[in-house]
Amino acid sequence: MQDLKEWRETLQQQSHRGDRPSLTVGMSTCGQAAGGAKVMAALEEEIARRGLQVDISQTSCIGMCYAEPIVEVALPGKPRVFYGDVTPERVPTLVEKHVLQGEPVREWALIQLSGEATPYEGIPVMPGSTYYGRQVRVVTSRLGLTNPESLEEYIATGGYEALEKVLGQMTPEQVIEEIKISGLRGRGGAGFPTGLKWSFTRQAPGDKKYVVCNADEGDPGAFMDRSVLEGDPFSVIEGMTIAAYAIGADEGYIYCRAEYPLAIKRLKMAIAAAGEKGLLGRDILGTGFNFDLHIKAGAGAFVCGEETALLASIEGRQGMPRVRPPFPAQQGLWGKPTNINNVETYANVPFIIKNGGQWFASMGTEKSKGTKVFCLTGKIKKTGLIEVPMGITLREIIFDIAGGIQDDKQFKAVQIGGPSGGCLPEDKLDLPVDYESLTAAGAIMGSGGMVVMDENTCMVDVARFFLNFTQAESCGKCTPCREGTKRMLEILTRICEGEGRMEDLDTLETLARVVKNTALCGLGQTCPNPILSTLQYFRHEYEAHIKDKRCPAHVCQALLVYTIDAGKCTGCGACARACPAGAISGEKKQPHRIDPALCIKCGSCMEKCKFGAISRL
Amino acid sequence: MADVTLTIDGKRITVPAGTTVLQAARDNGIFIPTLCHDPKLTPWGGCRLCVVEIEGMRGLPASCVTTVAEGMVVQTASPQVVEARKMMLELLLANHPRDCLTCSKSGACSLQDYAYYYGVRGDKFHGEKHDYPLEDDNPFIVRDMNKCILCGKCIRVCAEVQVNNVIDFAHRGFNTRVTPAMDLTLRESEECVFCGNCVQVCPVGALAEKASLWQGREWELTKVRTTCTFCGVGCNLEVSVKDDHVVRVRGYDNPLVNSGWLCVKGRFGADFAESPDRITRPLIRVGERGEGRFREATWDEALDYTARRLQEIKEQYGSRAIAALSSARCTNEENYLMQKFMRAVIGTNNVDHCART
Ligand SMILES: Cc1cc2nc3c(=O)[nH]c(=O)nc-3n(C[C@H](O)[C@H](O)[C@H](O)COP(=O)(O)O)c2cc1C
Ligand code: SF4
Ligand code: SF4
Ligand code: SF4
Repeated sequence: MQDLKEWRETLQQQSHRGDRPSLTVGMSTCGQAAGGAKVMAALEEEIARRGLQVDISQTSCIGMCYAEPIVEVALPGKPRVFYGDVTPERVPTLVEKHVLQGEPVREWALIQLSGEATPYEGIPVMPGSTYYGRQVRVVTSRLGLTNPESLEEYIATGGYEALEKVLGQMTPEQVIEEIKISGLRGRGGAGFPTGLKWSFTRQAPGDKKYVVCNADEGDPGAFMDRSVLEGDPFSVIEGMTIAAYAIGADEGYIYCRAEYPLAIKRLKMAIAAAGEKGLLGRDILGTGFNFDLHIKAGAGAFVCGEETALLASIEGRQGMPRVRPPFPAQQGLWGKPTNINNVETYANVPFIIKNGGQWFASMGTEKSKGTKVFCLTGKIKKTGLIEVPMGITLREIIFDIAGGIQDDKQFKAVQIGGPSGGCLPEDKLDLPVDYESLTAAGAIMGSGGMVVMDENTCMVDVARFFLNFTQAESCGKCTPCREGTKRMLEILTRICEGEGRMEDLDTLETLARVVKNTALCGLGQTCPNPILSTLQYFRHEYEAHIKDKRCPAHVCQALLVYTIDAGKCTGCGACARACPAGAISGEKKQPHRIDPALCIKCGSCMEKCKFGAISRL
Repeated sequence: MADVTLTIDGKRITVPAGTTVLQAARDNGIFIPTLCHDPKLTPWGGCRLCVVEIEGMRGLPASCVTTVAEGMVVQTASPQVVEARKMMLELLLANHPRDCLTCSKSGACSLQDYAYYYGVRGDKFHGEKHDYPLEDDNPFIVRDMNKCILCGKCIRVCAEVQVNNVIDFAHRGFNTRVTPAMDLTLRESEECVFCGNCVQVCPVGALAEKASLWQGREWELTKVRTTCTFCGVGCNLEVSVKDDHVVRVRGYDNPLVNSGWLCVKGRFGADFAESPDRITRPLIRVGERGEGRFREATWDEALDYTARRLQEIKEQYGSRAIAALSSARCTNEENYLMQKFMRAVIGTNNVDHCART
């Protein structure tokens, strides 16, 4: 243990970023998808061409996915500057101006992290910028700022201080007590108090116990857990090691979806590195405490994120949920007491132990403590990953942090909590983001997905979209979810196609309520939320589809009507040539007409008309 | 174990701790419908027909997998519960063939019974239905997966009772199906031993005995309790008969013997009863050995003849010239008598058995 302290001190002295300029490229999934590897190659080429003495390395997602590829340029003794939307073409200028002449390229710079150095003028400083100002970065504090593949950097930035403290000074009971004081609740969706869960597993009789990390993250559009795993894998591993000590386990599994190859790769590297330094495996830090950690890749079923299905899947059985009780804390993996938590839950643990439960509990609301990571997607200006204190309002997130709606369109709704979340309208924007408020409003915290929708979104279509997902992902074990999601989807599809009847709404509402009340697992119990919340807040849109055969947002194709304004039409015939269905007719230079019976509502004509004569209703 | 007192539908009930709400209700004459429950199989909690309302619990828990607790207050027929059960039946019927007129299960079908009980006609939803081909490529079992309500009983019986694990759920959601691995048929799987225990637990007409199709309606059958003649275990049978014709054989639920489970022979081997080749009276050979000519005799004549010949052989050649070969189809008692007879009366140890290899 003494060795670890000394090592950390040495590393910290070294890590005062040396005497050479450094270039760091965002190489998480988002960075790579945006072309990070090309930028990296261009940087390497440029540096080699000029024969410069510069360090090039990679980092993880800093959260500003909208601006990837992001490159950080740091000169010795100067602030770290982050550039967004870097292309290979911009690389020579960047190197010339910033690296060689020491002058940042202000118009491309997103933000700077000045530390003890004097900030550059004209570049927002983090924290303090609007994007970062309202964020509190705990589990994302290393993301985008350190090399996730380096155990040295993890330790230099305070990593494994918590494990040191736990193994050196705390009993398992004290660890659990500290987690209880922190008020940490599970970040995987249901929000169960983590300390309490740990104490159940600790108290469950049995010699063999397991800890399991749920890294299945199957919600479409969610990438919180992926970002943490890719950006700070050691924090999750340290959190799990602490949990293992607290509950009395000596073996653990990380169940990571196979669609996250980079996360799996980094986890493997991290497990190997920690094992080599005696931070995992036999006799950790010489204390006699053992903890072996394995990775299990999932097979692509959303329902395997449900804890009992997940455990079945690790055991090699079909991923079907089973009835609880018995809870995994009593009978989990291979029938042994098992503590299962989400990635973000574990990642919080080292910070709580290091800074104390009280520190964590000082953030957030009365019942929801600490911070929460959210993925912002949809029609907002700044999509990406944010971490905010619980209790922040939706309005602050959407308008202050994410910069509001794209193209300054009208906000319509925000869908929170993944495919089973609810859609909340404008007048719920001042709702504080905490477990209870969201549930009361018909949404859920879920794992932290947030999809923002603008005026051009059809809420019936949104409900249909999510039902399509849950319907396909239902495991098929219980009647209400298996058969009910199918019928709900069919009704929604009918309504979107203009074939709905008013009594469908009653059927839909009753069916949704029954499914919610009777389904076996969380998937079925929450999948009606998108329907129930849109029926509650946007019923008029359903009625417009049914009664007026109209889609107010002009989304549902079958309900669109294309017409030509005879006053504006010059009879050029461009539309008729574009129409794949031959639905447009008219003499040359005379106003044309669209035959609604033939029109397939593809919109090709509207795109082609130069005179704006075609409108869609 | 300690007792627990709870209230079900206003009635105070005391049961041993650990009992399920379903069991507590049924033991006290309170009706709760189930499709996936079988007390002899592990609890499943899938069909959700047995949902009840329990004060202080979220949603409507399934009574088959909820254990009683002291002071629990349960409603089994509140409007919310009835609404949910009706909806469950509507959902099942929405994906079920309208085939009750000719379905072999009609009259003994749980789905039919509950639909009748709750007045559910199955006309609430009109959407996609499955259209799977009928599986009848084996001599014993016909599987119509269009009628399957995915209760999973067949899977559990195959895994827990027969311990053969031939079938399981495959695919997901609406497309979930019970099938042997790789979507093969039972016959193709080469794993199925055709014990037919799955057929016996199927609550609907998805699994049927091939030989009984079109042989009689449920209410025309006379049920006769008897013992299987195939081996010494003596499994209890319930033979369904119409017009002196064996329509089907099921296990009779006698926990002292076979708890209702059978093997392929007992269940599907009853055709011998009506075989024209069946020997129904004693025969005495008339021609030379191997010629195959016999004449019918009375039991008295046959027994006298046998006794006389045994005596003559014993006197002439000694008791070691005599051996007895008995059959696994005899009962244990019969086999015991046979060896006793050979040892004590004939005086030889030459006894053997057809099932010895
Ligand atoms: C259909 C379904 C999918 C789920 N998917 C996930 C998931 O991807 N990640 C996760 O951490 N929890 C997921 N959960 C929640 C888990 O069942 C479980 O509550 C959680 O892993 C517990 O960890 P926590 O207490 O740290 O939140 C899912 C639940 C359901 C019902
Ligand atoms: S609610 Fe859906 S996913 Fe959950 S057990 Fe039932 S069928 Fe499976
Ligand atoms: S007949 Fe017997 S072995 Fe074959 S599937 Fe049914 S239960 Fe299994
Ligand atoms: S075949 Fe019969 S027993 Fe098997 S799951 Fe289907 S309905 Fe249940």
